[in-house]
Amino acid sequence: MEMIEQLFVMLKQAALALPQALLPAELYARYEGMLSLVIGISAILVFAPATMLFLTWMERKVVARMQKRYGPNRVGKFGALQPFADGIKMFMKEDIIPKAVDPLLHSLAPMVILIPAVMIFAVMPFGKDMILVDLNIAILFIMSISSIETIAILMAGWSSRNAYSLISSLRAAAQVISYEIPLGFSMVAVLMMAGSMSTLDIVLAQQGGWFVLTPWGFLGFLIFFLSGAAEVNRTPFDVPEAESELVAGFHTEYSGMKFGLFYMAEFLGAFAIAAFSITFFFGGWLDPFEPLLGFAILPSWLWFMLKTYVLVFVFFWFRGTLPRLRVDLLLNFAWKYLLPMALLNIPIAALWFYLPAGPIRWVAGWAIGGSLIFGMHQLLTYHRVKKLYGRYERPSRPVVTESVPLKS
Amino acid sequence: MSQELAWGSLGILMIFATIFATLPIAGAFFFRPRKAHDGKESTYECGLHPKKDTWNQINIQYYLFALAFLIFSIEILYVYPWAINFQKLGPIALLEMFIFLGVLIVGLAYAWRKGGLEWK
Repeated sequence: MEMIEQLFVMLKQAALALPQALLPAELYARYEGMLSLVIGISAILVFAPATMLFLTWMERKVVARMQKRYGPNRVGKFGALQPFADGIKMFMKEDIIPKAVDPLLHSLAPMVILIPAVMIFAVMPFGKDMILVDLNIAILFIMSISSIETIAILMAGWSSRNAYSLISSLRAAAQVISYEIPLGFSMVAVLMMAGSMSTLDIVLAQQGGWFVLTPWGFLGFLIFFLSGAAEVNRTPFDVPEAESELVAGFHTEYSGMKFGLFYMAEFLGAFAIAAFSITFFFGGWLDPFEPLLGFAILPSWLWFMLKTYVLVFVFFWFRGTLPRLRVDLLLNFAWKYLLPMALLNIPIAALWFYLPAGPIRWVAGWAIGGSLIFGMHQLLTYHRVKKLYGRYERPSRPVVTESVPLKS
Repeated sequence: MSQELAWGSLGILMIFATIFATLPIAGAFFFRPRKAHDGKESTYECGLHPKKDTWNQINIQYYLFALAFLIFSIEILYVYPWAINFQKLGPIALLEMFIFLGVLIVGLAYAWRKGGLEWK
């Protein structure tokens, strides 16, 4: 068990054995840190495209099953080689740069969107001893690096000089910055309880129980997950890429590998949101049964992946189930529902902290916190529902409800 | 891991990520066909010739949202340090934070009331 647990750490040690054998001892001692960093970075740069390939296949398969289709099933067993075929296709496609575009910004945008999408993996704790950089302000890093995406989208939309691209990128910018506020405030309760911004400390703070089991953690998770879905433009928040209105959104004018990079950044973003939801609210790589049984059932990295893929599946489930929101409803949801809810989360977390530990905290905390959440929900949705449905007049006469016999 | 080392590692990761993002485009340069064509290189507008330039004025609505975003994201930066030290600072700091959040909520209510958060 210990061996499987430390599998990747041991692989790294094995990879370090070669330079250790070749280089002189003092030279090796000097560059050991650098070498192990390069190995860690290589692991991330292999993991990122592999995840993207698997996610594209999984999304098509899952959504197809939800719509009673088969999905990709021609290339390889269960269509498993389909993402590779798509990758080769994108690689061989012509890279069309329209005459009207601003060529520099047009070419830079796909790179600018992919770099932060890869860099966010640096602070992700994949398992025990499996984090590239244990940054003390990891949450601020996540917030700041994920907002670079907005700049890349604006670059792509503006430089394309295309009406669809421009409208899409402006919408995307408005949406991403609007949802960043509830995303930021939803993490305040986690910070209050963990007392640290390091992702590693946040995972370790959940050894006594996952944060999602508490009222503030539950509300925080919902807000984080929904605003995260909006941050990475997943359905039902994919207004910027609304196919039925805006062709392909901000990447209408992109083709070939540049389009591929946008695609990759989008999937890596979705994976990152799911993974960080797990890290902040579902105990990261912690084994939920270990405190009960006294031993680990599965290695920590497998727990992390299992939990993350459950949330990734929820993303695909959203896509298979929910229709797209209208743009005004989308922004209203961020400013007039999620933001007040996220602000309410702070007093609930404070209340939880000052309640005496033990069963009283769980009963009283959930009773008071739950009723506060429910009351706020009622208050916030009352006006919206009235405004939405109030203007429709009810029919004055009851609609005929007798059944009409069908023609035989 | 010391924090200087951590930031240095992030810098190195950024260099690697840049290479990672450039390689596919650079690699595809050698494989992709080049068949330039006037129709292909015109701006896509569902088959019609584009009539107007899109580089012109945009709705001020976006500016209002950007302004509200700016205010609130700065507030987040003020709330985070308090949240980390919340357990050490005690109830007085909590009360002060409620006053701070109260001002924030008044601002939100003002923007809401004035229709600044309304998409038209």
